This record gives sequence, structure tokens and C-alpha cells, in this order.
Amino acid sequence: MPAGLRFTSITRSFKTEARSVAALAGVSGEIAPGKITGLVGPDGAGKTTLIRVLAGLLDADAGRVQSTGELAHPRMAYMPQKFGLYEDLTVQENMTLYADLHGLDPALRAQRFSELNRFTSLGPFANWLAGNLSGGMKQKLGLACTLIVAPDILLLDEPSVGVDPVSRRELWSMVRALQGSGIAVLWSTAYLDEADGCDHVILLYDGRVIDEGLPSVISGHVARRTWRVVLPTDQRAGRKRDLQRAAATLPNVVDAQIKGRNLRIVTDRDDVPPDVTRASMPGLRALKPEPTPPQFEDAYLAAMRKQDLINESQINRRPGIYSQDPGAITQAVHLALDLGDKPQDDGLSSRAARHTNQTLATPVIETKDLSRRFGNFTAVDRFSFAVSRGEIFGLLGPNGAGKSTTFKMLCGLVVPSSGEALVAGFDLATARADARSRIGYMAQKFAYIGHLTLAQNMEFAGGVYGLARAALTHRIAEVAAEFDLEAYLHQNCGELPLGIKQRMALACAVLHKPAILFLDEPTSGVDPVTRREFWARLNAMADDGTTILVTSHFLDEAEYCDRMAIIYHGRQIAAGSPDEIKSAHADGDNPTLEQAFIRLIDDHDRTNGVRSAA
Amino acid sequence: MNAPSVEGRGFDRKRLAGFVRKEWLQVVRDPSSIIVAVILPLFLLFLFGFGVSLDAKHLPMAVVIETSAPEAHDFLASLRATPYLVPQVVENRIAAASLLRDGKVKGIALLGDDFGAKMNGAGAAPIQVLVNGTDANTARLMQGYVQGAWALWLVHREHVNPGSQISPVVAQFRVWFNETIDSHKSIVPGLIAVIMTLIGALLTALVIAREWERGTMEALLTTPLTKSELIIGKLVPYFVLGMGGMSVSVVVALTIFQIGYRGSFIVLFISASFFMLTVLGFGLMVSTLTRNQFTASIVAITGTMMPAILLSGFIFDIRSMPLVIQVLTAIVPARYFVEILKTLFLAGNIWSVIGPNMAALAAMATLFLTITFRATRRRLA
Repeated sequence: MPAGLRFTSITRSFKTEARSVAALAGVSGEIAPGKITGLVGPDGAGKTTLIRVLAGLLDADAGRVQSTGELAHPRMAYMPQKFGLYEDLTVQENMTLYADLHGLDPALRAQRFSELNRFTSLGPFANWLAGNLSGGMKQKLGLACTLIVAPDILLLDEPSVGVDPVSRRELWSMVRALQGSGIAVLWSTAYLDEADGCDHVILLYDGRVIDEGLPSVISGHVARRTWRVVLPTDQRAGRKRDLQRAAATLPNVVDAQIKGRNLRIVTDRDDVPPDVTRASMPGLRALKPEPTPPQFEDAYLAAMRKQDLINESQINRRPGIYSQDPGAITQAVHLALDLGDKPQDDGLSSRAARHTNQTLATPVIETKDLSRRFGNFTAVDRFSFAVSRGEIFGLLGPNGAGKSTTFKMLCGLVVPSSGEALVAGFDLATARADARSRIGYMAQKFAYIGHLTLAQNMEFAGGVYGLARAALTHRIAEVAAEFDLEAYLHQNCGELPLGIKQRMALACAVLHKPAILFLDEPTSGVDPVTRREFWARLNAMADDGTTILVTSHFLDEAEYCDRMAIIYHGRQIAAGSPDEIKSAHADGDNPTLEQAFIRLIDDHDRTNGVRSAA
Repeated sequence: MNAPSVEGRGFDRKRLAGFVRKEWLQVVRDPSSIIVAVILPLFLLFLFGFGVSLDAKHLPMAVVIETSAPEAHDFLASLRATPYLVPQVVENRIAAASLLRDGKVKGIALLGDDFGAKMNGAGAAPIQVLVNGTDANTARLMQGYVQGAWALWLVHREHVNPGSQISPVVAQFRVWFNETIDSHKSIVPGLIAVIMTLIGALLTALVIAREWERGTMEALLTTPLTKSELIIGKLVPYFVLGMGGMSVSVVVALTIFQIGYRGSFIVLFISASFFMLTVLGFGLMVSTLTRNQFTASIVAITGTMMPAILLSGFIFDIRSMPLVIQVLTAIVPARYFVEILKTLFLAGNIWSVIGPNMAALAAMATLFLTITFRATRRRLA
């Protein structure tokens, strides 16, 4: 029997030491049976609080939650962000536990388990410990455990965070397959392509619903403001990410994104194309914008920018990096990194030329047949690559492909089993400390101490890198200004939104002015607006000569990399510039990296048998 | 006004069984709780059982003999005969005093030149004993040993040479329950209580906090699992483990330490169960209130170990403590179990002692588990 959920004027606030913060300020909406309702919004918008209130895990301060179907008490299933799996129990034991807890009739179990196993393809892994599964498989198991007894309403809190594109696609089709049975699904996400695939979307901002409706209707709000320019393949016109940045800083542009061979641009007024004639880059001035149908992402970004403008005066404003003069950022970063050879306003084309020269120079990071084995398991298998100064190099691959292990070897945290790694000219086997002092490392979980203030965390990080007291104080002030962190310096880190923590983590990583930055999943779980700001920073740093090695699950971000390697099962299965990889491994008019990635993984699986979990 | 809670009604045996099975699997998979339950108590029992002794043996002492009376050498022989003292004859008082100062001897026995005269006449004590008071316990023991040796010697002399002089009044001492006054016999049972207090609290201190920290509590709360099922499900496996550790400790006490046992094992099992519920309940309470594994383990260790050692009557007699502290010991669970164990091991089923202590443990177990139940929320905040 189909059942939905209606919630009306939900408010909920939390008390912190100093003040009471409203997480939800009167939120209303509906989750309809047989549909996937997307819950989208930046970090700290109140998504998790709303889901917890609906799941009955938090009491609202005021407001109503009621069933819309004939059932007074629909059966609710909820998957929290951490899945709720017991890592020291096997796949089968986890499922049995939840079957016991939900009182599933033992006579029906065998059938239900085999149904769910077919659904998740986890059958062959029944006796694996959940802790040994990859992120994507854990997510599927978590979903299977929530679905043990078929629910009427399914609440999913960011189910696709930290999950690779292949697993993400599988998870999505699993939930889609539930629709036939009339289940009402609430899916909160930071991925806008997922939101676009929902039947209904609720846009949450600062504890309020700022828009809701069909994704296509929401996209329609910017219908006459979306444009595209086809990027020239000729490198002389400038690198794509330089063109993107130049476009994003045009006065009437709200957002500019690289999408395959195109640059998508959202402008601030209907029917007014981006004013490329005012661009600082000649390469961009030559391009011709043409109208293109709007996408959900365009509308989302435009809506967020609008809200940010309204909130500008508040403390929690997002620094509008796009509205700033790119030169100013470059200067600030430059000052911060103190690289010596400060570029005069040399124009972007000459910067591109400089970049070309550097590519020919000695690599800053170089590995030769780098391998790491843990017992019988080979985490990284003869991996060779080289990165030049000022390059952004992406390391991509599904969960458990060996990305983090490679990173840890390059930082000297894990000793390679064989092969060699040279970082900044130092062999990690012999000169680990020397190499390390040149490296800034930003760990996947943004290492911070929750009970310390942001400034104290930075002092700690700087102290670890051996910065002297006086220099450190000066440097923290400098970096805090550069990263727009001054307003948060004296707040406890644990209470800050994820986006701020991420910015702090990057700030900590550059305190000692490293020549090389290692960023492990820096944008995982971070909302799109914050991600864009983050990449703008990285680009500016790379332009000033910092070499950046980055892993990501977001393939649209990989477009910003100069070159990348896709690794799978510890082995490199593709390498090159994003364009090279796309043209070699994806078809179509405007192929995306995601298509290429999924194709590569599928091909590899077909030739090498089933996808293994490790 | 809010979404209905999914909590099931009453008490479901199958749900509980499923939850206990999961908890038990976690115990088996993670050897650390088995190590805490069985290996750690054994280790502590050996460490303290062999290490802690309230008896003093082979105490070095200086003997200064300034008399030529033959009785003096006779008495020296008597001192040499006791296993508790190692007398060493020195020439004069100055040499003896310097040995005492240097800590080379713990005491001095001085037999003055009037020893023979006083021995046979009346008057002041014929020997003077000086002990080093920096270690009060050893000093008192030494005083006792020398006095004992003196009394024995007088009795002995009386036998050898009856009616020779004043017949000393000799008190006949009989020690009940621990006939040889071997302090091990009272320490080891007390030690078991102290160790199991720590172990019990440590076993459960982590288990609820762990569910919060790993985010599994959030998932559990959306199942029909009830509060009482959650708490009982957390108690059962650790009760089994804790009682296992307890049994191993008792067996070691009986075999390796050779402590006799005079009570009934059924009474031991019942009182140990009450005790185990009390300490497991304390751990669960701490875990529920802190929701943080680190804090919970610190609270569990300091909240059990120190009071159990100092305030349980295990070493220091409660009756000799100031009244305020005596009242305070009422909330130390180990206190009751120390008394029960000492009684069962050394004296037997003395219900007038065991009964009230068992009742106190039952009351404390109820208190801790009630607080745990009250503090368990089916909401996140």
C-alpha cells in the first residue's frame, strides 16, 4: 500500500556553547510514494537534521510529520551516512542481525536474502567481513540491511558520498528499481547529476526550502541564461582551466564549468550572453558563446549565488572567489608560497608557454615500478608516472584501487615493497625527511582536532612541520587572510561546516610553503559551490608553480587536471590528459570523463573476470 | 507531532537473541575483549599475588652485646632461630646506629652490661630495641617479632631451668581462619575482587560508546530494538566473559597460590554473579553517559581501580579509616565482594557476613542498571 510523508513547518535548533543555531527554520515538503525525492543543499543547510527528524531520531522543536497514505504508521527505513554496518561482522551476519532486529520471519529469510543478494551482487561475498569491502560495496550492503523488511518510506542520507562513479551508478539503479513497488524515497546528495535524475527536488539553504519541484522546472529558471563555447583543441589558445577561470571572472557571469570539450557558462540576466569581449585572455575573446539548454547544476549554482548575495552581510558568507580579481588571488598565493620568481602580469598565453617549457623539464615527482604488497594482496602494482612543476596531476580510480596507498608511499608514510619514488629530487628510500619538508599533505578526512580552535589547529600543524613560533604566528595570519578564514580563527573546529574544515585543512597543508601538494579526496562530501572555490584556489597555486597531486571521485573535477592516471586493482589502466583519455575511451559528440571511466572499468572487468572487492 | 518511534513493544526473545549473537561475534572477532577478560586478570593476579605481601621476612637487624652474661648469647641464638630476623652482631652502639642510619639494618637490639643482673632481678626491661620508623609497617612487624622471640626465649628458659626466677606471664595466641597468618591467604581473595572490578567495568565501558562512535547506534535506533533489549543484549556476553575470567582467577588462587577454600561454590557463584552485574552495570552506565570510548575507559579505570585498592578493605582495614571515608566506602562495590571472598575462602559460609554484602551488591547493580536504562535515549539529541 503506497504511503508518503508530509512534513510541515519543521523547526529544530541546536545549542552550542555560545549560542543557539537554527538547523531547520520552518521546513515543509512532501515525499511522494513511488518517487525519488532529492534533498539538495550546501553543507550545513540542514539536510541530515531534516532526515533524522523524519526518521524519528530527533524531535523537532515544532512542526508536523504525517503520513499521506492510508497507513497511519508507514514502515520507515533509514540509512545513515555511516551506513550502520558492523565492520567486524560478515556480510551475511550483518544481514542476519538486521533480519533479527526487524523480526523477519525465519521462513521468509532465505528468499529475502537471495533477493537482496541478487539486487546487490554481494552473494559471492557473503562470508567477507564488512570492513574488508570497498566503499561502494559497503554502501550496497548498508542499503540491503535497511531494506531487509521492505519499507514504505526509505530515507537515504548522502548515500553516494565517497563512492566511486561505477558504484554510484549501481546504487542509483538499485534504488530506481525499488520504484515499481511504490516506495517513497528521500535521497540527499551533493551530486547535482543525481539531483537532476530525481523525480522531485527540495533545495535546502540555511535551514529553509528555497526552491522545490521537478528538476527540469528548477533548471527552467535559468533557461535563457545558459551558454556554451566550444573550447579550441589548439593548446596555443590557452589551457582549458585558464580559459574557464577567465570566463568565470567576467562581470556578467555567474558560473563557468568545463564540460568535456565545452565550457558551460551561466550569466546573470536572461538572453544576455557572456561578455567575452571583456575577457583578459585573447584565447577567450576569440570564442563565440551560443545558447544551450539549462541543466540542474546551472540552476543550483545560480540559486546558491543568489542566496549568498542575500547573506553577504552575515558572518557565514561564502567568499565569492569568482568576483575577485584573479590577479589578486595569484598575488596572495604567491606571497604565501614565497616562490621567489614572482611572475609579472605576464598574460595567460605566456603562462601557458612557460607551462609547456616546464613539462619538458625534470619531473618533480617521479615513480618507477612503484609497488606495495600487504601480505598476499598487491595494493599497488608497478606504477610509473611523472609530474612536472606546476602541473595538476589526477589519480583516479574506484574505491580500493590503490590511490591512497600510492599517496602514502609518496609522502613516506608507507614504505614501497619495490620500485622507487623520487619527490622533489629526493629518493624517498634514503631521504624521507628531506622529501617530506617539501610536501604539503591534506588527508582524506581533513585531520583536525575538534576541541581546538581553528587557529590552534593551524599552530599545531605548523609546529609539526617545525615552523618557529614567531614565524608561525605571522604565517598563520597570512594564510588565514588568504583563505578567508579570519572570521573562524577562534571557533572550535568541530563546530565548523565541512567546507570551512576543508579550507582549513588546505591552509594547514601550505603553512610551511611546500613545493608539492598531495590532496587525498579533498572534495569528498563537499557541496558543489565550495568545490568550485576549492578548485579555483588549486588552479591559482598551480599557476604559481606548486605541483599538485590529487585524487578525486568527482570526474567533472578531473577536467581541471593537466594530466591524470586511472588506476584499478593497483594497476594503471589509462593515462594522459583528460582529452586524450576521453577520445581514446569514450564515444559520442561530447564524451565525458565519467563515460570513459566507466567504460575502462567495465572493459577491464570483462577481460579479467568479476570485479573483486579488495 | 513527530514521526512515530519505531521502537518495538515489550520484550522480544528473538530480537534479543539476534542482538546477543551479534555482540558475541564481535567479542570473538576482536580478541581484545577476551584478553581483557581472561589474560589481564591472570597477569594482574600473578603480578600482585606474588608481588604484594604484608609479611616481612629476613629483616636485617644489628645486635649489640655489651654484657658478658651467658644468657645474652643464649637469647641471640633464639633470635637467629626465627625466619623473620637476620641478626648481625656488631661491636658497639655507634656502629649499630650508623648501620641503621644507612638503612643496612631495620632495627637494633641492645643488650646492656646490666643484662645479666636485670635478668635475674626485678626492674626495667633488660633489652632495648630500636627500630627504623620510616617504614611504619615494617617497624611494627619488627617490634612484634623481637617481642615474640623474647617471650619464646623466656618460656624456653623456664622449661630448661624451671623455677629459676620469675615465671613470665605468657599469653597463648591462636589465630583463627588464617592459622599461619600468611597474608597471601587474605590478599589473594581480595585481589580477585579488586581485579574483577576493573575488568568488569572495562569490558562494558566501551561497548555502548563504540556503537555511538562508529555510527551504528543511529542505525540500531531505527530498528524495533527496545532499550531493555539493548541493555540486556550488552550485558549477557560480557557477563559470560567476566565470569570466565573470575573462574580462571579462582582456579589459580586454589591451585597455584594454594589458598584453601572453605565455603560453598554455589554461594561463590551467586555472589560473584551479583558482583559481576554491579561492575558490568557500572561500565555500561559510564559508556552510556559519555558516548565516547576514550573518556569511558578513563572513567572506568580510575573509577574502579583506585577505590577498589584503597577503599575496599583489601589492604587497609575500613574500620581504621576516618568516619567520612568509611561512609564513602559504601559506594565501592569491591568492598562488599572483598568481604564475601575473604569469608568464603578463609572462614566458610558465614551468612551473617555474606548475606548483607550480597544484598548491598544487588542494590548497587540495580542502581547502576537503572541509571543506564534512564540515560539510554532512543533519540540522537
